[in-house]
Amino acid sequence: MTEVLDTSTPMGRPLKRKEDARLLHGQTNWTDNIQLPGTVHMAILRSPMAHAKITKLDVSGALDQPHVVAAYGAAELGDLNGAIPCVWPVTDDIQMPPFPALAVDKVRHVGDAVAVVLATDKTAAYDALEAIDVDYEPLPAVVDMEAALQPGAPLVHDGEGAPMSNECYTFPLPGTGIPYDEAKAKADVVVKRRFVNQRIIAGYMEPRAVVASPMGMSNEMTVWSATQIPHILRVLLSLVTGLPENALRVVAPDVGGGFGGKLQLYREEILAVQLARHLGRPVKWTETRSEDMVASHHGRDQIQDIEICATKDGKLLGLKVDLLADMGAYLQIITPGIPLLGMFMFPAIYKMESYDFNCVGVFTNKTPTDAIRGAGRPEATFAIERIMDELAAELNMDPMKLREMNWIQHEEFPYATIAGLTYDTGNYEAATAKAMDLFGYDELRAEQEARRASGDPVQLGLGISTFTEMCGLAPSRTLGALKYVAGGWEHCTIRALPTGKIELITGTSPHGQGHETAWSQIAASILGVEVEDIEVVHGDTGRAPYGMDTYGSRSLAVGGQAIKKAAERLVEKAKVIAAHQLECSVDDLEFVDGAFRVKGDPEKAQPLAAVAFEAFSAHNLPDGVEPTLQAEATVDPDDFSYPHGTHLCAIEVDTETGKSTIRKYVCVDDVGVQVNPLIVEGQVHGGLAQGIAQALYEGVEYDEDGNLLTASFADYLIPSAADLPSFVTGTTVTPSTTNPLGTKGVGEAGAIASTPAVINAIVDALRPMGVTDVLMPASPQNVWRAIEDAKGGAA
Amino acid sequence: MIPVAFDYTKVNTVDEAVAALVSGGEDAKIIAGGQSLMPVLRLRMAAPEVVIDISDVAEMQGVSDAGDAIVIGAGTTHHAVMNDPLVKTHAPLIAMTTETVADPQIRHRGTFGGALAHADPAGDLPAAAVALDAVMTVAGPDGRRDIPAKDFFVDYFTTSLEPEDILVSIRIPKLGEGWAYHYEKFNRTAQGWAIVGVAAAVKRQNGSIEAARIGLTNMGPGPVRATSVEAALAGAAASDDAIAAAAENATDGTRATSDLHAKADYREHLAKVLTKRAVAKAAGV
Amino acid sequence: MTHVPISVTVDGTVYDGEVEPRTLLVHWLRDSLGRVGTVVGCDTSSCGACTVLLDGRSVKSCSVLAVQADGHSITTIQGLAEGEDNWHPVQTALKECHGLQCGYCTPGMVMSTVDLLSENPNPTEEEIREGLHGNLCRCTGYHNIVKSVQHAAEAMGGAK
Repeated sequence: MTEVLDTSTPMGRPLKRKEDARLLHGQTNWTDNIQLPGTVHMAILRSPMAHAKITKLDVSGALDQPHVVAAYGAAELGDLNGAIPCVWPVTDDIQMPPFPALAVDKVRHVGDAVAVVLATDKTAAYDALEAIDVDYEPLPAVVDMEAALQPGAPLVHDGEGAPMSNECYTFPLPGTGIPYDEAKAKADVVVKRRFVNQRIIAGYMEPRAVVASPMGMSNEMTVWSATQIPHILRVLLSLVTGLPENALRVVAPDVGGGFGGKLQLYREEILAVQLARHLGRPVKWTETRSEDMVASHHGRDQIQDIEICATKDGKLLGLKVDLLADMGAYLQIITPGIPLLGMFMFPAIYKMESYDFNCVGVFTNKTPTDAIRGAGRPEATFAIERIMDELAAELNMDPMKLREMNWIQHEEFPYATIAGLTYDTGNYEAATAKAMDLFGYDELRAEQEARRASGDPVQLGLGISTFTEMCGLAPSRTLGALKYVAGGWEHCTIRALPTGKIELITGTSPHGQGHETAWSQIAASILGVEVEDIEVVHGDTGRAPYGMDTYGSRSLAVGGQAIKKAAERLVEKAKVIAAHQLECSVDDLEFVDGAFRVKGDPEKAQPLAAVAFEAFSAHNLPDGVEPTLQAEATVDPDDFSYPHGTHLCAIEVDTETGKSTIRKYVCVDDVGVQVNPLIVEGQVHGGLAQGIAQALYEGVEYDEDGNLLTASFADYLIPSAADLPSFVTGTTVTPSTTNPLGTKGVGEAGAIASTPAVINAIVDALRPMGVTDVLMPASPQNVWRAIEDAKGGAA
Repeated sequence: MIPVAFDYTKVNTVDEAVAALVSGGEDAKIIAGGQSLMPVLRLRMAAPEVVIDISDVAEMQGVSDAGDAIVIGAGTTHHAVMNDPLVKTHAPLIAMTTETVADPQIRHRGTFGGALAHADPAGDLPAAAVALDAVMTVAGPDGRRDIPAKDFFVDYFTTSLEPEDILVSIRIPKLGEGWAYHYEKFNRTAQGWAIVGVAAAVKRQNGSIEAARIGLTNMGPGPVRATSVEAALAGAAASDDAIAAAAENATDGTRATSDLHAKADYREHLAKVLTKRAVAKAAGV
Repeated sequence: MTHVPISVTVDGTVYDGEVEPRTLLVHWLRDSLGRVGTVVGCDTSSCGACTVLLDGRSVKSCSVLAVQADGHSITTIQGLAEGEDNWHPVQTALKECHGLQCGYCTPGMVMSTVDLLSENPNPTEEEIREGLHGNLCRCTGYHNIVKSVQHAAEAMGGAK
């Protein structure tokens, strides 16, 4: 069971963040701020075509340009041209074509890297790109996934040993429960839908950047990168470049957002490292936003054929999911695995007898896809929550009532789901009750009725999303079973320094989440020290050598366990030293408010800081106790954690223009025990904005030739403050039992839950007009067209 | 990204600007606030050899009263225009429309004349300019001349300015008493360009509409004066039904195109809806 | 390429330099002056991360040529606080209300807010949202940024 934490400690309090001072004064250390002597700046010539043969590439013209030091195409780069590995080969027969950093002979998406120039001046490097002589022979582009799978479709990869089709893999989950056909045979109602979960970008505000700096004559290399994964990056960079891992230091300094987009090994990182080593001087590259749009991985992009069957009373019987998942032109590090993270989540919080899942990964001439906030789970949640509303409409039931009668009751936990997971805890009833209360569901339904009755051109819709997700990635054995190459553990080292300060070294790598504050709160609560006296060291493989970094709402659920264990171990060691100093037995001591006290004689005490100094001076340590006071822990989680919540959205839809305006958004999330409610709330807000943005505003668009139409922030519409509402947020706390802190994870919750809530609301508003779906983003035009199509259908 | 290299000349008078354009030829570009030009330069969609900075030309700054019209210096920033008492009094439609242009930072730098001379079909101000029969005062090698707004906007990003011309000021006739105004902008996000915009000026008298002037944004290569709507409104009742009926003519004379943000048929539909709304709001219906 | 001499006051200090005419103000601040508190987020004047005050008014420093700042005064995020312990109320408010996460949009968001409150000391929520629409943030969903601006307005004596 989860222990109850002392409310007098910093744990659970909404402390203001330690990080903020430097961020608010422009004292931040972004990668692009780094200016090392002798740096050469890298600029990359990118393909303007989606699919073409490179018939001529002559970089010599660039070499004649001022300040240029070197220029390379794939031919000149030779063996230095590393390839990006995919570390998640999801099936035995997956097609994994090579993904060279610089394209060899052929380009496969707009933005594919063709040549690279290095110059002592950033501007000169860009200028020199124009002096590169390159000719392309255009090839037909593969843009649409279904067309890509047709016989005779042009092949994205057609070299020697390449697949004979654009199919990357087919992953069938062996059906669990009874066969789907049996479930369907028992059903009174079957609803089948096709949903399109469109391609989006991560949209972190800090563009990617990398600086690679070799150290003189040695092999050593320091790499600063705007990355979420310095530790994983170090391993991968070593594997790809052949640089000994023990000579490579990767630093993620202040990183301006990631959202999965910086969970990657990018070709520019490989090129910077290789060329820094080759040239013996620092290489720096900072992308422009326009480059980011074509060269940083995209996410989502699934066509979802989903079928659900139920009795006429609304009892769910079975679910069948067939996915097409767009890989893009190449496999990035975990591209194929993303839809499979969703595979577990399609059945969501519902009980059913049968579940059938199949996913086909497809190559197209588009930017590769990979993880973006939620990674597979938003897609799954969207599909199930959307079709639950469609089923409710078919059954003529209130959509919340349908959910209630099918979700796992709180007393049924732990619950083994039809997808093969075991949900440890949850209380969907409690979160829903609270959300419904905050929302005013009945009043809004009454207003909806009134607007319908009066034929108001502005209709009101109510959307529900009762979601869950799996966080705390991940038990290493589970990852192994899924063919993911690495593990999912996390590390922490805590050092009590002789001056009384605490150094907390974590393997998580924050990029906006506030780990410095939250991790200090956890450790301070155990060590009895001030939050301010703890320095959290992260994102530097030199100072924090072990870690698995930050993604998948794992940092607290997994990393938090390591912090707790390391802190407790440190107290254990300190206790032995304190007992020696106080001339008593360990069992006579209690640890209260940061000091060891002799039970029954509180005057006899030694604070932790004093013990730390004793451990440093080592003048009087007990026999067999080593000097220095530090402890470490590496924790592999027992299982995932399962945050959940109920999200309710009221939307006004202007049926004349198609414009949707959120009137009220309420969510009650259960993320388990909260370390810092202020940070929890902030994470929820940001997730909501991103999920709402997918529903209403954002979508990557290509034309039929594979040209990216949404190629800048002027055309890819990230919402501003004026485009979003304030949110009503609440929480319930059902502690997780899969980790001793009782935490679950919050980074992705809002992004996962909100998208279907918004779309359900729009469809709900328009259902009397015959609308049963609207394409995302639900732009005014898309909504208007859905209305027009429904009118046409009725006629 | 960084613009392609160029030379830079700062001029202090209109004559100096014209002389610089003459010597720079087709490879010269004018910069004032730079809010239209800078993104184009940064994306290297344009590569002028010389950039002529007119932001210090005193004559092109500010708003003055010219009796039956006000005159807005082409170099007056959007922020100055929308807060100017003369503009607010005599050309409120210009102030209202300017408030919808881009965002506060861009309005602090961007200029009235710059937005007009850029002639972006999605730009808001051209529609207001044609609705109000603005007159552009242009300086060129042969001196100055006036170009009515309806003849100024020629095509996508193209005006009747010759390469050696510079837009000096814009004359906005005062419509006088009894007129009311509204600019109805429809965009997907607050930052987004107008998918369609409608600039409306309406004169009401005794429960009916005496006259109306309507300019449409992004319904063709340039701003469109919705004359059919104006004709239908003249003398019509100031009622929802009458306005809606008149607005059905909003697509007359338009040449809406399809792009990433909207297809032509949707733009045409919006033009009618938004014209109805703009007129109704201006007319206080 | 001809370099042009410029003299610009940045956060109270006069800097004389020579720049290529094409140099963006933000690049001059960052690369030549090393004043890296102001950052670049896009190339289409969309995100507002680079917002500074030019003669007291907010502008996007990626869309101003350094030569155009000649003779003018620039205030950046680094020049706002009067000493380490004397934060500008907008900075204080953003910390108090958790109005930032990764902090990349923050310099621009702060400068835009300073400008907004100088023109409208007591803005409504809608005016705040409209007034900041030239600044994109991906982390906060803007909810706490709006709260921060309200908090700052109150602290600065604007709100009742």
